[in-house]
Parts: sequence; C-alpha cells; structure tokens
Amino acid sequence: MSLHSSSFGRSAAHWTPNAHAQFLRHRVDDPSVGAAFIVAFPLLWALLASFKTELEAVAFPPRFVGFSWSLDNYRQVLGESDYLGALRNSIIIAGGSSLLTLLLGVPAAWAMAFAPTRHTRALLLWMLSTKMLPAVGVLIPIFLFYRDWGLLDTHLGVALLLTAGNLPIAIWMLYANFKEVPGEILEAARMDGASLTQEILIVLAPMAAPGLASTFFLIFTLAWNESFWTLNITTTDATTLTAFIAAFSSPQGLFWAKLSAASMLSIVPVIVIGWLCQRQLVSGLTFGAVK
Amino acid sequence: MSNIVLERVSKRFGDTLVTDNIDLVIPAGKFTVFVGPSGCGKTTLLRLIAGLEDIDQGRLLIDGADMGQTPPAARGLAMVFQSYALYPHMSVRANLGFALKVAHTPPRDIAARVEAVAKLLDLSALLDRKPAALSGGQRQRVAIGRALVREPKAFLFDEPLSNLDAALRSQMRIEIRRLQQDLGITAIYVTHDQAEAMTMADQIVVFREGRIEQVGAPLEIYRRPTNRFVAGFIGSPCMNFLSGARAAAFGATTIGFRPEHLRLDASGELRGVVRTVEHLGNEALVHVQLEDDTMITARCTEDTALHPGAPIAFTPDPASIHRFDQDNRALDVG
Ligand SMILES: Nc1ncnc2c1ncn2[C@@H]1O[C@H](COP(=O)(O)OP(=O)(O)OP(=O)(O)O)[C@@H](O)[C@H]1O
Ligand SMILES: [Mg+2]
Repeated sequence: MSLHSSSFGRSAAHWTPNAHAQFLRHRVDDPSVGAAFIVAFPLLWALLASFKTELEAVAFPPRFVGFSWSLDNYRQVLGESDYLGALRNSIIIAGGSSLLTLLLGVPAAWAMAFAPTRHTRALLLWMLSTKMLPAVGVLIPIFLFYRDWGLLDTHLGVALLLTAGNLPIAIWMLYANFKEVPGEILEAARMDGASLTQEILIVLAPMAAPGLASTFFLIFTLAWNESFWTLNITTTDATTLTAFIAAFSSPQGLFWAKLSAASMLSIVPVIVIGWLCQRQLVSGLTFGAVK
Repeated sequence: MSNIVLERVSKRFGDTLVTDNIDLVIPAGKFTVFVGPSGCGKTTLLRLIAGLEDIDQGRLLIDGADMGQTPPAARGLAMVFQSYALYPHMSVRANLGFALKVAHTPPRDIAARVEAVAKLLDLSALLDRKPAALSGGQRQRVAIGRALVREPKAFLFDEPLSNLDAALRSQMRIEIRRLQQDLGITAIYVTHDQAEAMTMADQIVVFREGRIEQVGAPLEIYRRPTNRFVAGFIGSPCMNFLSGARAAAFGATTIGFRPEHLRLDASGELRGVVRTVEHLGNEALVHVQLEDDTMITARCTEDTALHPGAPIAFTPDPASIHRFDQDNRALDVG
C-alpha cells in the first residue's frame, strides 16, 4: 500500500505535458491495444446501436456520438418479448450441458492422461475429427431421430446435442491439463487407499482446478452462444437467447437496434461469470505455458 | 514384519521384457536394496510389488498370500516416491493423515497418529505448512511420514534421496536406516548408487537388463562377486580388469582386482606410468597407464609422492584376485 502511494506520488511530481504525450503515444503504439480494439469493435458497435433508434442504427455514415441515447430498445426487449423465458432456457441448457460435459469429460480425460493405451492418441485425434464435419451434415438424421424420440424443442434434447458437440473440446482441454499433473501423486493416493472417485475428486480436481474452471467456462460459453442447433430444433418451449436474438431479424423485418439490445442482454451473464472467475481462467488457459 | 516372495515374475512393455523371470525372497524385517544401472527394471519391479503395474506372468506373495488380484492399498505396503508425490494442495497434517482419512479412521485417532509420526520425524512445527513451503529434506521426511502413518507391512522406496544434496543424502541415509531398524519393518529400497546400496542394505539385489545378477549381503557381494558385471558394478572406484597373458597366467580369461588390493612394489609385474592423481585427503586415487595401454586405478596413501608422468609398478595381492571365465562368470565362487 505504502509502496503504491509513494510511486504514485513520484509519478505525479514528474508529470509534464511531454510525459503525457509520450504516455498516450505508447498506449496507441502498443499492438495489443490495437488488437483488443479490433476484437471489441463489433461489440462496441452493438452496444452503441442498442441505445439508438432503429433509424439511427441503420443510418450511413454511422454516428458514434451525438445521437439521442435512449433505453427504449431495452424496455421493449424486456417488456414485449419473452426475454426471461429465453434466459431461463439458456441457463438450463448451457448449464446442464456444461455440467454433463464435465461429468463425462473428466473421467475420459483421466483415463487418457493416466491410463493411456496404445490407442489413446488415435482416439484423441478421432474425437477432434468429429468437429471437422459441418453440423448441417447431420441435421436431417438428427432432426428425424429427435422427432421420433420426442426430443425436438426440449431442454434435454438441446442439452444432449450441445454436450455431444462440446465433449471433444472439453476432453482435449482436460487431457492437456491433466497431463501436467504428476501421475505419481495420483498413484500415491491409490497406495494410500483412495478409491477412484476419491482420487479424482479430492486429489486430482483441486490440483487441476484452474483447468477445470477454464474448461467449464469455455464450453459454457460455446453452449451459451450456440445457434445452429438451437435455431433448428427449438421452436417455443426450449428457445434459447440465441434463437431469441435471431427472432429480431425476422419475419417482420430487421430490427437492428432491438437485436443489439437483445444481444447485449444475452452476453451479460457470460461476462459476469467470466469476471468472477477471471483469475482461475488466466492460470487455467496458460496452464503448462509457465512452469 | 512381512516377507515378500516373487516367483518367476515377468513383465513386458510392448516388445521389451522389462523384468525377466524374477525369483526373489525379500526377508521379513530386513532392508533389501535393488541396485543396477539405469533402465534395468528396478522401478518396474517395485511398482509390480506395489500393485501399480500388473504382473504379466508369475506370482507375488506377501506373507504367503497371492497378491495377484489385490489392489495396491489392500497389500499393506507404503511407497515413498522419488518425486515425493506429496499432495500439493494439502497441509503437511492433511498429507500425513490422508490414508487414515480415506480409511474412515476417527478424527481423534488420526490426529494422534499424525502427531506421533510428526514427532518421530521432527515435523511437528511444520504441520500446517503446504508442501511448497518446505525444503527438499523436509518434503522427504513428510513423504516418509505419510508412509509410516499407515503402519505398513513393508516400505517401498524408489530412489528417495536422489533429489537431495550430498550432505543431506548421507544424513537421510542414516535416518532411514535407523527408522527401519527401530521399527523392524521390511523395506525395499531402489537406488542406482552402489555406495547407498553398500551402506544401507542387509541384502543387495544386483539387476541388469531385467534379470538378477546376484543376491547377497553387501560384503559378500563385494568380496565374492559371482560375475564380472557385479564385480565391476559394486565398489568405487571400480575393479580393475586385465585379460590376455596376464589373466591366462592365473588360468582365467579375465582377472580383476580392486584398487585397494594393489601394493606399490618397485619390482612388481604391473609396470606403467602415472597419468592422473585424485587427492581425497586421506588417500589418493592413482590412475596408471600400463605398458600395454590398459588403464588401472590404485588406492594409495597420501604420503606417497606421486606425480603424472612418473614410472610406477605394483603387485596385486594374490589372495584378492578375482578370476572370470570366457562367459564372465567368476571361477572361484560357487
Ligand atoms: N510405462 C512404460 N512403458 C514402456 N516402457 C517402459 C515403461 N516404464 C518403463 N519402461 C521401460 O522399462 C525399462 C525399465 O524401466 P525402469 O523405470 O524400471 O528402470 P530403472 O531400473 O528404474 O531405471 P532408473 O535407474 O533410470 O530409474 C526401461 O527400458 C524403460 O524404458
Ligand atoms: Mg527407476
């Protein structure tokens, strides 16, 4: 604390207009600032658009300042459509499928990392290769199966599909994380009499916590933002936020400003979760990079 | 106190036979050391005994009971890993008590046992620290303590001291040995350091390429190696070997003599030139190039004035010459 205030005091004492210019130039020159701006630009655009009227939102050239700020879009999205219902569906589907993915992925990754066979590598590659197939390639068969099994437009149906889609990614991430855990520690637990469940839950999980958190966050985000399956196999009962947002572009025409407001409302939960587990995430995503 | 018996135990990884038909008795209450060059299968054999690997062929008996289908924890053995393998997210106290906790021991008994072991190993002041906040020697003691808490039938050590510096290593060597003797517990200790094997063992098992070369008490192995490999592997600096006419004179393909069994003798038949001298303070190791270019090493007293380039001659003590046949088997040992 004292260190912080003293360094602050010193820099304030040396603060000259020249230094100020240098500081600015440094910030603008920094490539990561530029990259961050490019990545965030569509988001900023949507954020601005969400406060505009529909007319201003489509105006060209676009105005970044000097339009009349209003919360009307938010009011309409929240009031006149079923935002809360879609939010609830998204939470159930994304949360449920992410938990299910971990439930299946952790034991699978444990086996691959700590009890590999000579087929493990091939299996890992094969799993990933399923992600190379465009989803639309299996839309018809899945749609027909789902229709016959009564899974269309149900939470369970969507969650199962998203689980199947995210499982390979989750297993890859967990596998890479578990590989960093020394196997001898798990063997020590086995010698100490821990059951397999205890070995995974009380020994492995705490050591791999950052990896588990970042995997959960990634697959939760992927499930939250998934729109191909949610658009194609839900209609009313299980529509998620992504389907809800898409509804603003049809069929009565494109409502750009309301669509932006709905998008903003739908990413808030993800941003909140991301913010809350920020520290775990950073150490999880760089797991292995720093030793 | 338990004895461990291996009967024709084999294990292969892919195409390589890592342990080949091992027959061995680990006597109860004794300190048995597995020694051998890197990659000879010592760790694998220890893991087979622990149950961390499955035996392909053969039987493992602990106190006469076949352990083929017994999971690691139920064998009653405790293992101390080379990397210590402490649980990094748990305090020393939780590390020591883990085995008791998963066995549903009442918390009060766990606390008592943990305290007792901590006291024995001088860890009482460190019980609330995490492993990351301990020194190497302290971690080592926690690893040993974790094994002790379970009151195992036998201890399995896999090169437990190789991560410690030389001073700490010799200190821990004595501590482990004393602990084992005080408790009278069976121990198997893997090392590739023959000095460790010599100083700690009741029984040494010398391995090479998945096979046992010799089993015996340290001095027996030192004095009566059954083959040239064991003769060369045990003892430091290692035994000198001569072949050709000199060996033939003794009726052998190869003869060997240890550095301490060479006597400086101006009229000795081993003539050569001093190449290097290693001064150890109490003695000197003299590396000599013989007339036929063979290098030999001799252990001399420090007061012998020797310098590189000086001519020198030795006589080996005839009673201490080891003779080996063309298959490298010792001729004088049954
Ligand atoms: N899981 C495994 N898969 C395939 N080969 C293995 C495996 N574990 C060990 N090996 C091989 O088995 C042989 C014996 O290995 P082991 O670890 O038992 O040797 P070691 O005597 O303990 O050596 P060191 O002194 O270096 O520890 C080696 O050639 C090793 O490459
Ligand atoms: Mg080894």
